[in-house]
Amino acid sequence: MYRDLKWKIPLILAVVFGAVWLAYPLKEKISLGLDLQGGMHLLLEVKVEKAVEASLERLADDIKRGITDEDVEVDRIKAIYEDRQVNVRMVDKLDLPSVKKVLEGYPVFSFVSEDEDGLGMVYQLSSDQIQQIEQNAVSQGLETIRNRVDQFGVSEPTIQVQGEKRILVQLPGVKDTERAINLIGKTARLEFKLLDEENSLQQALSGNVPEGSEILYQRIENKETGEVTKEPFLLKKRTVLTGETLTGAEIRFDTDFNEPYVALNFNSVGAMIFQQVTRENIKKRLAIVLDSNVYSAPVIQDEIPGGRAQITGRFTSAEARDLAIILRAGALPAPVVILENRTVGPSLGKDSIDKGITSIIYGGLLVIVFIAIYYKLSGVIAVTALFLNIVLLAGALAYFGAALTLPGIAGIILTVGMAIDANVLVFERIREEVRIGKTVRAAIDAGFSKAFRTIVDANITTFIAAVVLFQFGTGPIKGFAITLCIGIAASMFTAVFVSRAIFDGTMSQRKLDKLSI
Amino acid sequence: MKIINSDTHFDFMGKIKMAMIISGLMILIGLGSIVFSGGLKYGIDFAGGTLIQLQFKTPPDIEVIRDGLKTIALGESTIQEFGSKKDILIRVQRSEEKLESVGSKVRNSLSKSFNKEDISIERVEMVGPKVGRDLREKALLSILYAIIGIVIYISWRFELQYAIAAIIALVHDVLVTMGAFSIFDKEFTLVIVAAFLTIIGYSLNDTIVVFDRIRENLRRKGKSTLTQIINASINQTLSRTLLTSGTTLLVVVALFFFGGEIIHDFSFALLIGVLVGTYSSIFIASVFLVYWDSRR
Repeated sequence: MYRDLKWKIPLILAVVFGAVWLAYPLKEKISLGLDLQGGMHLLLEVKVEKAVEASLERLADDIKRGITDEDVEVDRIKAIYEDRQVNVRMVDKLDLPSVKKVLEGYPVFSFVSEDEDGLGMVYQLSSDQIQQIEQNAVSQGLETIRNRVDQFGVSEPTIQVQGEKRILVQLPGVKDTERAINLIGKTARLEFKLLDEENSLQQALSGNVPEGSEILYQRIENKETGEVTKEPFLLKKRTVLTGETLTGAEIRFDTDFNEPYVALNFNSVGAMIFQQVTRENIKKRLAIVLDSNVYSAPVIQDEIPGGRAQITGRFTSAEARDLAIILRAGALPAPVVILENRTVGPSLGKDSIDKGITSIIYGGLLVIVFIAIYYKLSGVIAVTALFLNIVLLAGALAYFGAALTLPGIAGIILTVGMAIDANVLVFERIREEVRIGKTVRAAIDAGFSKAFRTIVDANITTFIAAVVLFQFGTGPIKGFAITLCIGIAASMFTAVFVSRAIFDGTMSQRKLDKLSI
Repeated sequence: MKIINSDTHFDFMGKIKMAMIISGLMILIGLGSIVFSGGLKYGIDFAGGTLIQLQFKTPPDIEVIRDGLKTIALGESTIQEFGSKKDILIRVQRSEEKLESVGSKVRNSLSKSFNKEDISIERVEMVGPKVGRDLREKALLSILYAIIGIVIYISWRFELQYAIAAIIALVHDVLVTMGAFSIFDKEFTLVIVAAFLTIIGYSLNDTIVVFDRIRENLRRKGKSTLTQIINASINQTLSRTLLTSGTTLLVVVALFFFGGEIIHDFSFALLIGVLVGTYSSIFIASVFLVYWDSRR
């Protein structure tokens, strides 16, 4: 009857040593969740509609050029954002056929209607194309953010798409959250725009913004007081050069004042445009605009060949370095907003670990003492099973690469309390069997086999709840669900299988007439 | 050692009326409190908003913090101590979608009244209204799915009336715990939903052990009535029920006292849940079985 101990004991030892091997040393093998090691959890939403609008705007420009190339005069082409349409307005009715011809070259557009006055037509951007643009905005956004984070230097970041247009960023151990947010969240659309010096800024500010111009501001922050002042600029709307042609950006220090600035390098196309623009606009001012903020607006002194430029503006060196990183990594195809931000400082995380461990120790001790007193020697067996349970739990956590979180620690503690349950069920059964006069051996047999079904039924319901929790939960909650699931599984193994083997092992050594239970 | 004599013959089924009154009262008071306080109190996970935990070198004056916060116009905010006099928790209704760190903004606003170096930002949690709505929906669905899964399992292993009885017991437990949360003015957060799902699992665990015994005893029932069988089954499993609840309570109490402020509410929920779950598996679930039987 005890012959199956021959394979049970090696199996148990193998499982236990396997778990120890997986989990040792604990510090290296078990990763901590953000709530325990400190760090930042950001859920971003990509404003995909902005990417669609930008595309629409770009396509409208292309179409206009296409029509003008046919030597036909265009009144104007308007992108209608809400409906994802463009409205092509002509000066002469007779030119409509050539508009049709040009638009045949754009299969992403389909004809909707002719304007009532017969001077224009409306075209619709196809929904396939819209979806394509939105998907690209998200996937490119993800790549860009990954690039920036890599250059920022965070170990083991998590960056992934969630749902249709959300991006989850987890940065363990990040201390300067403000910097991280700036680095990740900036769209970083770099534009060069000429100042509109023919028109008066004063008039524009009073509401008379000339056609083709716009007012943008330069934010000047007083580093001491934190006060922000805004200086307005009247700029030509047309962007002469964008950051897309950048090949490099790095921090430099100017020799006179040792002030940091960002040096830019353009590719050959960018360099050509930059040279042309500077040649044609000597003594005029060229503004460097990042995400609609004017950084500086220097006067063009001379033609600038070679594709080099620089961004200056009262930077700290950290700011300049981050700006260079962002520009190198490229602009986000669409702006992002923060939907969720959870940041835990490293000291709070450590505090949580300490407190968690303290409660495991106290809770565990209470249970151990109680069970040992209540069930005597059998109680000691139960406690042994409990220890193995925790070892298996640690091994499984390491194996699945599941991060330990604060609720996860709570899950472990709860497991300690509940794992004893399986043993209690068995022991109470054995006591009953002894009471009705069975021999020790028969009582143990009956106790284990009768309790087994109850244990399975009772545990599976908790298991179901834990699995559902895992499905729905995020971060810390998932950690709790995982420890609970593993804890339940491990407790069935230790309480039923291991305890039984220990009982059987003791019985095979000597014949007992009385059970210490 | 024994806490309970092995052959107890408590007349649980005779106390049904009393149990119904007690449960009814607990649920009524709880629901009353929820209605009275204008619904459940959602934490930022579900309502959206911002939570900032600061640690000061020396205990700060909350009024001074309040004045400092006014300068940055965060909107309606509550400021309270969190575990110790040095730890301060600021809760703001608004959530910033803009790209800035609320934590440092708050710290800067306090720099006039305090030495900035003496304030450390321990934790910032910002949940936008959109995510709050999503999470709320998800939480409700998860509880629903858990219940459905459990009903299916129990109806498969036992019979339908057992499943219904188990669900009644767990709904009872959840309602009572929810009421307690409202009475003690505690917030519902994601972690609390996790606690509730655990309570659901735990409450069933207890109930099923009793059911299992009822089923076993029914097979050799002889002349006993269902009420007698149920009563006997509860008595036979009583020591196990109390022991398991006891050990679970021991650890939950340890968690409650030593686990720290962050999971305090979580352990509170478990504490109530375990107590109520034990009570309901003795009194509530079995009552329904008798009731079901009497109607046939």
